[in-house]
Amino acid sequence: MLKGQVPPEEYETGNTRHTWDIEELKKAHEVLAEVGYEKGEIVRGYAGKTLYVNLSTNEIKEKPVTEEMKELFTGGKGFGLKLLWDGINKDTKWDSDENELVMSAGPLNGMTQYSGLGKCLSVTISPSTGLVCDSNAGGYFAPYMKFSGFDALEVQGKADEDVIIFIDGIEGKVSIEKAPLEETNAHLLSEQLTYLYAAEDTEKARQMVTVVSAGKGAEHSYWGCLNISFYDLRRKVPRLKQHGRGGLGAVLRNKNIKAIVARIEGFDGMADDPADISRIAKVGEKYNREMRDLDRFQNNMRQVGTGNIVEVMDAYDLLPTENYRFGSFPKASNLHSPNFFEYFTKIIPDGCWYGCTMACAKAIDGFEIRTGPYKGHKVTVDGPEYENAAGCANMGLWMPEWVIEWNFYCDTYGLDTISFATGVAYYMEMYEYGILNKERCGGLELCFGNFEATMELMHRIAVGDEDEFVRVAAKGIRRMKDWLIANKWGEQLLIEDCGMEVKGLEYSEYVSKESLAQQGGYGLATKGPQHDEAWLIFMDMVNNQIPTFKDKAEALHYFPIWRTWFGLAGLCKLPWNDITPADNAKTFSPAKIPEHVQNYADLMSGLFGKEVTKNDLIDQSEKVYNFQRAMSVWMGKGRREHDHPPFRSMGPVTKMEYVSRQDRYDQELEEKLGHSEDDIEKMTVDQKLQLIYEYRRDQYEKLADAVYYRRGWTQNGVPTPQKMASLGFGGYTAMLEMLQAAIDADDADGKNVWYGDYGADEEVPCDDLRYWENDGLVQEDYFDE
Amino acid sequence: MTGEKVKVLRYRADKCVGCRKCEKACSKVHFKVEKGGDRSAIRIMKAKGDWWEKLPEAVRKGLQGASDGEAEGKYVMHVCDQRGLCIDVCPVAAITRKPTGAVWLDRKRCVGCLSCIGFCPIDAMRRWEGEIEPFKCISCGSCVRACPEEALYMEERDVEEIKEVVHHRMGP
Repeated sequence: MLKGQVPPEEYETGNTRHTWDIEELKKAHEVLAEVGYEKGEIVRGYAGKTLYVNLSTNEIKEKPVTEEMKELFTGGKGFGLKLLWDGINKDTKWDSDENELVMSAGPLNGMTQYSGLGKCLSVTISPSTGLVCDSNAGGYFAPYMKFSGFDALEVQGKADEDVIIFIDGIEGKVSIEKAPLEETNAHLLSEQLTYLYAAEDTEKARQMVTVVSAGKGAEHSYWGCLNISFYDLRRKVPRLKQHGRGGLGAVLRNKNIKAIVARIEGFDGMADDPADISRIAKVGEKYNREMRDLDRFQNNMRQVGTGNIVEVMDAYDLLPTENYRFGSFPKASNLHSPNFFEYFTKIIPDGCWYGCTMACAKAIDGFEIRTGPYKGHKVTVDGPEYENAAGCANMGLWMPEWVIEWNFYCDTYGLDTISFATGVAYYMEMYEYGILNKERCGGLELCFGNFEATMELMHRIAVGDEDEFVRVAAKGIRRMKDWLIANKWGEQLLIEDCGMEVKGLEYSEYVSKESLAQQGGYGLATKGPQHDEAWLIFMDMVNNQIPTFKDKAEALHYFPIWRTWFGLAGLCKLPWNDITPADNAKTFSPAKIPEHVQNYADLMSGLFGKEVTKNDLIDQSEKVYNFQRAMSVWMGKGRREHDHPPFRSMGPVTKMEYVSRQDRYDQELEEKLGHSEDDIEKMTVDQKLQLIYEYRRDQYEKLADAVYYRRGWTQNGVPTPQKMASLGFGGYTAMLEMLQAAIDADDADGKNVWYGDYGADEEVPCDDLRYWENDGLVQEDYFDE
Repeated sequence: MTGEKVKVLRYRADKCVGCRKCEKACSKVHFKVEKGGDRSAIRIMKAKGDWWEKLPEAVRKGLQGASDGEAEGKYVMHVCDQRGLCIDVCPVAAITRKPTGAVWLDRKRCVGCLSCIGFCPIDAMRRWEGEIEPFKCISCGSCVRACPEEALYMEERDVEEIKEVVHHRMGP
């Protein structure tokens, strides 16, 4: 493989080959509903209609995409939220019949001339949070769905038995088919369906099929993820990208959907009907050259993918280790990227959508599985990515081959690697303290570093083991906390403080203890603690670029809104800041990477055929960002109390953590809290912990004060009707009335006040407590050079 | 099977008079028009003024007739040298080495992603404004036949000797 320039037909992965009787699988399909449709033309990035499928009634219909919809929601996640708002009610639960799974493309989605233009954006009500969860993933589904004629797919209702939803972009038909015989686990199911639905028995035809699936694990866990396939011409297997966060796979399986399949005949670089391809191509060529010349000197994304930052996080004390107690660990060097580089198949282009030259979707071929149902099989494993390696650091699994196997099974079972790792790391810590033990864990010795027990837990989740621990564990940290507290197995505060979840969703894999801004990045994130809204640790902690509350609030206003934009356009965020132009450091605001933001403005201008500025992109995004928060308020979890992180994310919970970084915390007591060296000397660790605890919690309240103020929300975190109206949602009367009622209720409870404990020399964000009664918009140029 | 030998286009700077008949022949092959210029895979440039400073580094690396910019008043030539690094960056495997050893781009399979353009180490993969699919020298020899001065010729090389594989190590 290393020699390069090998024709695709000669590539060998060394994987175990499967032979299935595809005809027999096909014969068992019973078509429950089928509707033909006119494919229509894609105009300037929009197919112009969405597809609605109801599995309870077997209704299949089209809905138009209106100009207003484009104006207010742009596309992607925006369309998803809009359809969800129209389709559900405030009491809808994840497993309610009316809950919807909405998968959307976005106007730039499906273009190939720039990196990262193929992301699918999906939303649903999450089992973990009870809120809207949005998740994005690569793979071919969103573009193929669009090329088939739809900007989004909206699935409501539940099937009685396992079905496949098939969008046939070749024949112009949508069908719901009973599919009893196929496998459920993703790596096998995707392969079967790729062969079953390919228009002919050729590699080209298989590349034009994409499969959305989950796996057996998703049937029994809130951590269920979706797998989106992209057929690899060289490896000759469908590879998998995950909608990891929030339990979308659990919703898929709860609806008895085995898979969603889309196929097309083919497409070219003009399929999205861009108005000015030259402008787009120019930006793309420039960017690809940047990748050619700079990636190897910057992040090595093309060589090791996102795993390149394991060693960086380890060096800066940010790599979550043993449930976030530590940020680095001697054994962590085992998981540094060169160890995975050894395993990755090299040279092959690894983009999860065509034309992505960042190509971070690394894969390991011919990997021999050692546990579970596929023991002895040789398989292609997608990843490990950073989060997977770091997740294993969190569980103390320090061998690369453990990470790879664990990663493989999470994917094929349809389990989110991030939630699984953060969850199990928490269970392991509780095990260490004796709050859990072998008996309480259904016979599992779930201590840090126990790979066998970790895998056994996963295999038991996948088969639907009835043991009480396994069932609670599969629902995540929030339910585990409730279970531990109800059983009175430990001190409630310790149980609450150690478990890394907000709103019911598990944290992603970064230690935020020493970065107040990142504590906000996690705690204030709309869907729950995922770093896709804000990753401010370096700006805040390492480079000290945002020292004041006001600075941090500005960052927590701008970056979440900017990062939301990728989800509207149907894009991946990584090509924005995982490589930077050579002269980026000399720009007025290097953290924004202004040249790359301009690239996106150029791409959208070139597609639409009208000038779109950098500030216009932010405007598109601010609408949707606020709309989602308003939906959280609607569903009862959009207030300050829901944005509170566990203390583990804010500082040391245990004495061990304090002592492990004693110099740092003692210094804080002296410099920030004004205690003398002598006083500190005399204090016990418990006393010091208490002081740090109170100080940092107050710091967080002050941060939230500043951020809500900057966002134009009330002090309790509610976007005002005034703000929503000025963003363009004046016609959404029900939403505006709902928000006003929430604010009135908060007023009656005295909740619209500052929450920080402000000293005489400290300023509140604004003297006028009712600042939000204005239009709530602070218009400004974000790129004032 | 791919070829073991490949014909690479070579240039005699001392013979070129800058008539650009080679470019016109090339654009005839690729676009069925005798326009040359941006529709030609082979490019003839006149070395004058600050031309060297203006050239991207990658283009400089691929120039024939002036390796160090010392060519004032003369003509230089720039074309693909069939090293084939682009083969492994194409996500749809539209670029292959043919039995003749030449590197071809199949425009019917191409999805216009421009990866090959960005990754060509000498910027010799080209795109004409009117189309999204790139094009390149296919070692057909039309330019050699069109040159009245015998300034162009084909040199046979071992593929193994000239081929270059896309960067796949960690770090520089």
